[in-house]
Amino acid sequence: MNVTTADDTTSTGQAGPLTGTTDRGTWREFFVEHAIKAAGISMIAIVGLIFFFLLREGLPTLGEVPLGALLGTRWYPIEELYGLIPLVIGSLLVTAGSVLIAVPLGLTTAIYLSEIAPQWQRDILKPLIEVLAGIPSIVLGFLGWVALAPLIQSLGAPTGLTAFTGSLVLAYMALPTIISISEDALYAVPKEYRDGALAIGATQWQAIRMVVLRAASPGLVTAVMLGIGRAIGETMAVMMVTGNAANMPAFGPAILFEPVRTMTATIAAEMGEVSQGSVHYHTLFLIGILLFIITFAINSLAGRLIGGQEQRRKRGQI
Amino acid sequence: MPEQNHPKISLLDVTFRYADETEALRKITLDIAPNQVYVLFGPSRSGKSTLLRLLNRLSDLTEGAQVSGRIALNGQDIFSPAVRVAALRRRVSMVFAIPTPLPGSIRENLTYGLRMAGATDPLMLEERIQQSLVQAALWDEVKDRLDHSAMALSGGQQQRLCIARSLALQPEVLLLDNPTSGLDPLSTATVEDSLYELKRSYTIIMVPHSVQQAGRVADRAAFMLDGELIEEGPRDRIFINPTHERTESYVTGRFG
Repeated sequence: MNVTTADDTTSTGQAGPLTGTTDRGTWREFFVEHAIKAAGISMIAIVGLIFFFLLREGLPTLGEVPLGALLGTRWYPIEELYGLIPLVIGSLLVTAGSVLIAVPLGLTTAIYLSEIAPQWQRDILKPLIEVLAGIPSIVLGFLGWVALAPLIQSLGAPTGLTAFTGSLVLAYMALPTIISISEDALYAVPKEYRDGALAIGATQWQAIRMVVLRAASPGLVTAVMLGIGRAIGETMAVMMVTGNAANMPAFGPAILFEPVRTMTATIAAEMGEVSQGSVHYHTLFLIGILLFIITFAINSLAGRLIGGQEQRRKRGQI
Repeated sequence: MPEQNHPKISLLDVTFRYADETEALRKITLDIAPNQVYVLFGPSRSGKSTLLRLLNRLSDLTEGAQVSGRIALNGQDIFSPAVRVAALRRRVSMVFAIPTPLPGSIRENLTYGLRMAGATDPLMLEERIQQSLVQAALWDEVKDRLDHSAMALSGGQQQRLCIARSLALQPEVLLLDNPTSGLDPLSTATVEDSLYELKRSYTIIMVPHSVQQAGRVADRAAFMLDGELIEEGPRDRIFINPTHERTESYVTGRFG
C-alpha cells in the first residue's frame, strides 16, 4: 500500500502514475462512501432500536397479566381488566370498513384518470388529489366530527360517532395514496399494450380489463397495501369520530354503526395518564407491538405478492 | 368471386388534420385490391403510418384530429355511425413496429381477440391457435410451450406472435406497420417469406422497413411524401420505371 502524501494528492490525472492512491478524489471518495454507508446503517439501527424498545416495554405484560385475561373482552385498566379484543376488533372494523370504501373508489378513480378522462380534467383532478393528500389528519377528523357524525346520526344510528364514521374519514385519508400510486402504475403501462389490444378489436373497457389492469397489477397491489397501512396506523382523526368507547361491539347487521375504540386511539388517549412501569403502561406498549406486527405483516404480504409476481414473470410463467 | 373485381379498400379524397390544423394526409385517393401485398413507402413523416392507422380507425385515439373524405371497406364507409369500431378492427387488424405481446401466456395472447369478440368454444380456440401460429411460421418453435409467457420469446418470435394474434381473428385485411424494424436479418426473412403465404387469404397493407424491403415484398406500391400520394402502381413500374422524378430519386437512394 502506498502512503498518500500532500504532493500526491495535488498531482493532475494526466501526469500521474496509473498505480497507487494518487487520485485527487481519493479522500473525498472515501469520506462520501462511508458517510452514505453510515446513514444507511443508522436507519437499520433506528428500526432495530424501536423494535427493541417496544419489546422491552411491552413484553413484561405477558408476565404480569395472564394470556387469558389479555384475550378477554373487557378493557377497564382501572379495574385491572386488560382485555385487548375490543380494541383489536375496533381497529379491524374501522380499517376493514375504510378499505371496503376506499379501494373500489380509489381504483376506479385511478382508472378514470389514467384511461378515460380527457386531458383538461386530468389537469384539474391530479393537483386536487395531491392537495387532498396534504390535508392534516386532525382537520379531517374535525370535519368528520362536525359534518359527518350528525349526518350519520340522522340516518338513525344512536350516535353519529361510530366505526362507520371512522371508516369514512379513514377512507378519505387513504384515497389520495391509493389513487396516485395506482394512477402511476396504470400510467406506466406501455401505450403499445393499449394499442395492441385495440388493434385486435378490444373495446376500451376490454383493453383496460384484460390488458392494462393486468399489466399494472403489482403497482395496484402496492397502492392498496399502502392505503391499508395508512388506515390502520392513523390515530387522531379516528379517535375523534369513532366514539372512543372500548366496548365489545354487539355482532349483528349494525355492527359498523356502534361506537368503538381503535388500538392507536387507546395508546394516544391513555399514554399520558399512566405511571411509567405500571402494568397499564406495559400493556399499552404491547398494543404497540401488536400494531407493529400487523403493519409489518401487511408490508411483507405486499412485498411477497409483488415479488412473487415479478419472479414468475422473469421465469416466464405469466 | 365478385369481390375480386372490386377494391378491398378504397380511399377518396382523404385528408387527416391534427388538432393544431397541421395536415398529416392531404387528399389521398387510392384503391387497394384484395389478396396482394400493398406497400406504402416514403421518407419518415410522410404520413404512411397515419394512413395505416386510419384504415382501422386507431386514429380515433388521436385527440382532436379530424378526418375528411371517405374510406370504404368492401364498399362500406368505415366512418359511418353504424360501424362498430371493435368489429372493424377485428376485420382490419394491425401489427405494430415494436412487438407488443400482451401480458399473459402465448395461448392467452392468441385468444385475447377471439375472447373479446365473445368466442368461448375451446375446440375452436385451439384450432385457431394452431392455424394462426402455422400461418405466422411460429408453430414449430412454440408448440411445446404455449402456456409460457409471451414476454420470454425472442424479438422476432414476439413479432410473429403479434402477426399470429391478428391472424387468429381471421381478418380480411392485415395492416403491418414496419413489422421488421427491430428484427435481425434472419427473422426479417422469415416474416417476409410468410407474407407470400398470407396474401392468399388476406389483403396485406404494409409500411416497409426500407426501400429494399418494399421492392422485395410488394405487389403494388404507393410512394408518399409530406402527406401526399406522389404515385402508385405495380411494383416493377414503381421501382424500375417510376413516372415522377421524386419517386425515382427516392427509390435510387438520392434522398430519404
